[in-house]
Amino acid sequence: MVSVKNLPDKELFYGHKACQGCGAAIVARLAMKILGERTCVALPASCISSVTTIYPQMSFFVNNMTSSFPATGAVLSGMAAAVKAQGLKEVNVLGLAGDGGTIDIGIQALSGAIERGDDFLYICYDNEAYMNTGIQRSGLTPYGAWTTTTPTNNNDIGEKKFKKNLFEILIAHRIPYAATANVAYPNDLLKKLEKAKGIRGPKVLHILAPCPTGWGYKTEETIEIGRLAVQTGLWYLAEYENNEVTLNYRPKDFKPVKEYLAKQKRFRHLKDADFQVIEEHRDEEWKILERHLRKDEE
Amino acid sequence: MKPRVVKDFTYPRTKEELPFGPGSQAGVLVEVNSGWRTFKPVLDHEKCINCLRCWLLCPDGVISKENGQLEFDFDYCKGCGICAYECPKKAIVMVKEGAE
Repeated sequence: MVSVKNLPDKELFYGHKACQGCGAAIVARLAMKILGERTCVALPASCISSVTTIYPQMSFFVNNMTSSFPATGAVLSGMAAAVKAQGLKEVNVLGLAGDGGTIDIGIQALSGAIERGDDFLYICYDNEAYMNTGIQRSGLTPYGAWTTTTPTNNNDIGEKKFKKNLFEILIAHRIPYAATANVAYPNDLLKKLEKAKGIRGPKVLHILAPCPTGWGYKTEETIEIGRLAVQTGLWYLAEYENNEVTLNYRPKDFKPVKEYLAKQKRFRHLKDADFQVIEEHRDEEWKILERHLRKDEE
Repeated sequence: MKPRVVKDFTYPRTKEELPFGPGSQAGVLVEVNSGWRTFKPVLDHEKCINCLRCWLLCPDGVISKENGQLEFDFDYCKGCGICAYECPKKAIVMVKEGAE
């Protein structure tokens, strides 16, 4: 069982140029803590790629490769095949992609790689827009969010679509292991990383990584924002394994979504009616999740 | 454990010295990030209960625990303040650089 006390001291992700308080950097760092030195990393165009590979400053201390934007899944397949062909033992293949690189541009390659059943771990750190290129909307941008491509002038609501549900897309693949996690619940995240490390075959983690630059909050509140996302019910911590979905944390009562949304500049134009819409959608999402849950949990 | 910074790195001057293809050695740090910082964390060791929450949540991994007590690597701390905000005992305070 993984615990904070016995995590290795060695940093394999260090000296990067991510913004202050970056949630994605926490994801990358904890993933490298668990996976260790015998890891090959594939990075598509993303924040993590562009903050770590600025020649000559290379912040990953393991082999890593920046792939083209849509190819993360295909590159992971290739790496897994190379590991197999060379007969290497106990090597982890990790893909670290953002939300746009996963759900918009990279979904085909990811779907294909899962279907082929190669042995890799794919992490989608979700900062809810294309942050690296300057905050453009992605398929995982939530309803009502301001981005540069969903402006809020003329009383516009901003983003008009709700988030796609990556977790359910993964369930539809009957993947060996898929989970959602959140940087604000690091013990849960470490547990899932450890579990994924021990499973053969494709594994995908979808991790909420708040972004102070794009979301508009103070840099020290990254963890607080992540925690509020779970407490308001806008993010859930669940895992899918052996055709069963388990909910890892169930908030007793949801906090009003306003507590989470009003803290962020990208939602400051929202009115009470909009919060109502978001809460209704949240309740719908939870109803769908409940249908997936094991019967004994209810 | 903080990685070593390559102090004597020289940029390639000729075409022959450039790395072959768009690749180079992993894990090379040639410059520090300390210039990003406006506030710096100061830890009160008396109050610290060694729960390692700051160590776990630091995005830059600049807090080291191997010497028994927590130490910051001020070459790479960007002063985001997550450690101070999340400390359950409020043992870390953010102090403006150059205030002392």
